Amino acid sequence: MSKKIGVFVCHCGTNISATVDVEKVAEEAKKNNPGVSYTTTYKYMCSDPGQKLLRDKIKEEGLDGVVVAACSPKMHEHTFRNAAIKTGLNPYHVEISNLREQCSWVHPDKPTGTEKSIDLVRMMTEKTRKDKSLNPIKVPVTKRALVIGGGIAGIQAALDIADGGQEVIMVEREASIGGHMAQLSETFPTLDCSQCIMTPKMVEAAQHENITMHTWSEIESVDGYIGNFDVKIRKKARSVDLDLCTGCSSCWQVCPCKKIKSEFDMGMGNRTAIYIPFPQAIPSKPVIDRENCILFKDARKKNIKPNDSKVCRKCIDACPIAPVKAIDYNQVDEIVEEKVGAIIVATGYKELDDTSLYGEYGGGKYKDVITGLQFERLASASGPTEGAIKRPSDGKEPEIVVFIQCVGSRDPAKGCSYCSKTCCMYTAKHTMLFKHKVHHGHAFVFYIDIRCAGKGYEEFSQRAIEEEGATYLRGRVSRIYKKGEKLVVLGADTLTGSVVEIEADMVVLASAMKAQDDATKIAQAVYIQYDKDKFLSEIHPKLKPVESSSAGIFLAGTCQGPKDIPETVAQAGAAASKVLALLSADELEREPVVAKVDRSPPPVFSTCIGCFYCQKVCPYSAIESEDIKARDGSVIKTVARVNEGLCQGCGLCAATCRSKSVELAGFNDEQIYAEINALEFN
Amino acid sequence: MQIEEKTKIGYYPGCAITMGSSSEEYGTSVLRVAEEIGPELEEIHDWNCCGASSAHATNHKLSTALSIRNISLAEQSGYKEILAPCPMCSQRLIVSQNDVEEDEELKKDVEDAIEMPCNGGVKIINYLELIKNYCMDEIAEKKKKTPKDLKIASYYGCLLLRPPKVLKFDDPENPTSMEEIVEATGATSVDWELKTNCCGGGFTLSRTDVVLKLTNDILECAADAGADAIAVACPMCHANLDMRQKKIGKEYNRKFDIPIVYISELIGLALDLGPISLGLNKHFIDTESVVNAFA
Repeated sequence: MSKKIGVFVCHCGTNISATVDVEKVAEEAKKNNPGVSYTTTYKYMCSDPGQKLLRDKIKEEGLDGVVVAACSPKMHEHTFRNAAIKTGLNPYHVEISNLREQCSWVHPDKPTGTEKSIDLVRMMTEKTRKDKSLNPIKVPVTKRALVIGGGIAGIQAALDIADGGQEVIMVEREASIGGHMAQLSETFPTLDCSQCIMTPKMVEAAQHENITMHTWSEIESVDGYIGNFDVKIRKKARSVDLDLCTGCSSCWQVCPCKKIKSEFDMGMGNRTAIYIPFPQAIPSKPVIDRENCILFKDARKKNIKPNDSKVCRKCIDACPIAPVKAIDYNQVDEIVEEKVGAIIVATGYKELDDTSLYGEYGGGKYKDVITGLQFERLASASGPTEGAIKRPSDGKEPEIVVFIQCVGSRDPAKGCSYCSKTCCMYTAKHTMLFKHKVHHGHAFVFYIDIRCAGKGYEEFSQRAIEEEGATYLRGRVSRIYKKGEKLVVLGADTLTGSVVEIEADMVVLASAMKAQDDATKIAQAVYIQYDKDKFLSEIHPKLKPVESSSAGIFLAGTCQGPKDIPETVAQAGAAASKVLALLSADELEREPVVAKVDRSPPPVFSTCIGCFYCQKVCPYSAIESEDIKARDGSVIKTVARVNEGLCQGCGLCAATCRSKSVELAGFNDEQIYAEINALEFN
Repeated sequence: MQIEEKTKIGYYPGCAITMGSSSEEYGTSVLRVAEEIGPELEEIHDWNCCGASSAHATNHKLSTALSIRNISLAEQSGYKEILAPCPMCSQRLIVSQNDVEEDEELKKDVEDAIEMPCNGGVKIINYLELIKNYCMDEIAEKKKKTPKDLKIASYYGCLLLRPPKVLKFDDPENPTSMEEIVEATGATSVDWELKTNCCGGGFTLSRTDVVLKLTNDILECAADAGADAIAVACPMCHANLDMRQKKIGKEYNRKFDIPIVYISELIGLALDLGPISLGLNKHFIDTESVVNAFA
C-alpha cells in the first residue's frame, strides 16, 4: 500500500519566498505524484499555528508521511518530528527538504530557486515513501562522573555535580589540586587574593562526600560510550602512603636536595626532592620527585630496587609514623578502574615557555626578563620572595618595569594567531601590584590594543593608567639588551610615531596561553576533536559551547581556549549541569539513526566479510568485532558489529563497506537511491 | 649552448668593495686571503650594480633585473656559487632570486629586460658562509700568527641575516658564525648584546643624527664588553663605525678609539699576510693595535 504523503512548504517570512515561488513548489509536488495527497504553504511553519496545521492535517488527511520544505533539518527537524509524535505518527516518517540554507539563501533569482526547490521536494518525497518507523535506542546510565583536571574548572565542575547529588571521580596529574589559579597572586578586576578564594573550594572538594580524588594520577585509557564509560586511571607511584602520612613536614625538612627548581613557583624558587608543591596543597602530603632524588638516582645507576639503596634515607628516618613508615621507596604505579556515565575534560593550559621563539628578547638568557606567571609568583605572598617584588638576577627591587603584551599571542609568525584574552587585564593588574609594592616605581606597558571586555574590566584598565600611573605605549618592542645592570628596551610608540628606549630593571612578558603539550594525547584518549592550536573543540561555538564531539564528554576551562577565571567557572558550571541532566535518568534515549551490520540466517550468518575497513574509517571507534560461534563454541566467522551507544550515525562505514553489509537506519541504500532517481528521471 | 661547469666560485665585488672605491680594502683582503687558502675566485665578467638602496627603493622590477642579470651572467659562465662579500649585494641577489622564483610574471619581465634566461640553481653566499664552508680547516692549517690577548666583538649588522625567511643564514637574533671565525684566527670573542643591531646604513648622509645615535650605542656596547676591536663583514657598517667615530665621540661625550676591521683582514693577519696588502692602512681609526697584536 502506498503512503499518503503531505507536503508543507514554508515561506520563512521572505527568507524562502523571496527567491522561491512557494505556491508553485507546492503545486508541482502534487503533479504526477499520486502518493502526495495534500500540499499547502504557510508563512512560518515552525510557529505554533504552523505546527498545529501540520498536526491537524496529519489527522484529517490520514497522512503517514510528511515532507516539510523549510530550513535546515539542523534547525527544526526536531520541532516537526515532535509535532508528528503528538498525532501518533512515528517521527521518522517526517522529513525536511532544505529550501533555505541550500537553496533560497544561495541562489540570486526566483526561476533558478523555484526550479531547484521543486527538485529538492520531489527527492524528499521519494525518500519519505521508503521511510520506516524507527524507535529510540535506550542505553543504561552509570550515575557517576569523571572530571579530568583539578584546576579551578575541574574543582568547580566537580563541586557542582557533587552538590547535585551525583558521585564524582576527580583525576589530577600534579601532586595537589589547584592548578594555575593557586599560583596567582591577586585576581582582576577586584584584586582579591587568588589563594584566599581558591583554597576554600579546594578544601570543599577534598571534603565532599561525593567526590573521590586521585592526585598524582593520569588517565590511562577511556573505553565505552555515553552513559557507560570504562576508565583506567594510573595512580603514579607517590612513594608516600596517603593513608598513613599525616603531612607533618618532618621528611621535607631534612631532605638534602634543596636546589630543585619549583614548578609551582615557575622556576623562581627552589623545592626539595620530597615535597608538597605549596603550603595549602591538597592533599597536604608529599611526593618524591624520583628524577631528582639522590636515592632514586643511585638505584637507577646501580640497577637495584630503590629501597636497597643506602645513599640517603633521611626522609624515611625522619618519618615519625610507626610501626610502618608512611614513605615507601618501592611503591609502584597502580591502575584503578572506574565506571562512569559522563566525563568532563578540564585539563587547562600552559604558558608559552619556548624562549627560543624570542631571540630579540634575549631568548631566555636574561634572568630579569620574566613571564606573567613568574611575576604572579613574585607578587604572591606564598611565593619565593613572600610577595616582595625583587628581580631574579640580584634580588634588588626594580624601579622601572616594562610589561610587554601579546608575547606569542596575535603573532602567527610565533605560532599563535589567536588572542590569549587574559593578558590585557592581568598586565593592568601587574602594574597595580607593582605600584602598590614599589611606590616610587614606574610601570611601562607596550600594547597592540587594549582588550578589556567584561564587567568592570575597562574601568580596571583605566584605573591602572589614570590612578596608578602606568604609562601605556601603543607599539611593539623590537629588542631587549643588557647594558650594565639595566635592560634596554627598544620599542615603538606608534601613536606619536617615535622610537622609545627605556632602561628598565625588569621586563615582564605577557606570554600566550597555549594548549597543554599533551592536549592531543588526552583528545585522542577520549576521542574528541581539537583545533589548529590544539585546544579541544566544542561541537558548536555558539549553541553547544561545552559539548565535545563525543556524546557524554564535556569541556570546561582553558583546555577549550584561553579564558579568565569568571568565564572558566561559568563554563565549568555549564558542563556540570549538562552532566547532571545526563545522569538524572536511569536510561538514556538515543536517536535511532545508527549503523547496523547485516545478520543473516545460517549458513550465511552475515554478509560481512570481516575486512574491518569500517573500523578504520569510524571516527567514534564504534565498530567492534564479533565472533559468530557454533554450538560447540568454535568460531565460524569474525564480523563487524556497531556499538549503538557510540555510533553517531555519520554513515562513513556504510559508504566504505565493500559488501554492502552496513546499513544506516533512516538513510539506507533504498532511500538514497529513491532520492537520486527522483532527480535523474525527470 | 653547452655550459661548462666550473669549480671556481664566481666573485661578485659590487660597487663598494671593488678596486678604487670607498671600501676597496674589503675586496683586496678577501682576494688576498683567497689567493692564500682558496677557494679560487673568478670575477664575474661584465657584472653590474646589484640595485641596492636607490634602485630597490624606487623600482622593484628594475632592481630585480639588475640583480638577476648578474646571476644570469654567472649561470652562463657555469658558476655554481657566487660569492658576494658585501651583504647589501648578497641580500639583494638572494632576495631577487627568491622573488623571481615566486613570481612567474616578474621572471618573464626580467628575462625580457636582461635578454637572458634565469634558470636558478646558482647559490649566492656571503663571506662568512664562504669561510665556514671552505676555509676553516685551511685557516687552522696555515695559520702562522696567534694574536696576544686580542678581544674582538663580532658585528653582523642587519643585512647579513635579514630577512631570515629568505636568507636562511645563521640564527637571526643570536648568530655565532663570525665568532667561530674570530676564534679560528686565535683572537678572543667577546659576548656582547648589539651584534645584530642596525648601524643606520645608507642614512649616513641624510639622517646623520640617527646614524650617530645608533653607532654610538654599538661602539659603547662593544667597548663596555671589553672589545679591543670590532670585526665586520659589511662596507656600510665599516664606514659608519670607522669614519664617524670621532664625531660620535664629540656628540656623545665619550672618546672612542676602536679599530673596525674586516673579518677578511683578521684572517689575513693570522695567515701573516702583510697589513698593507690587506688594506689595513686605509682605515680612519688606526689599526696598528690590531696589527701589533699579531706580531
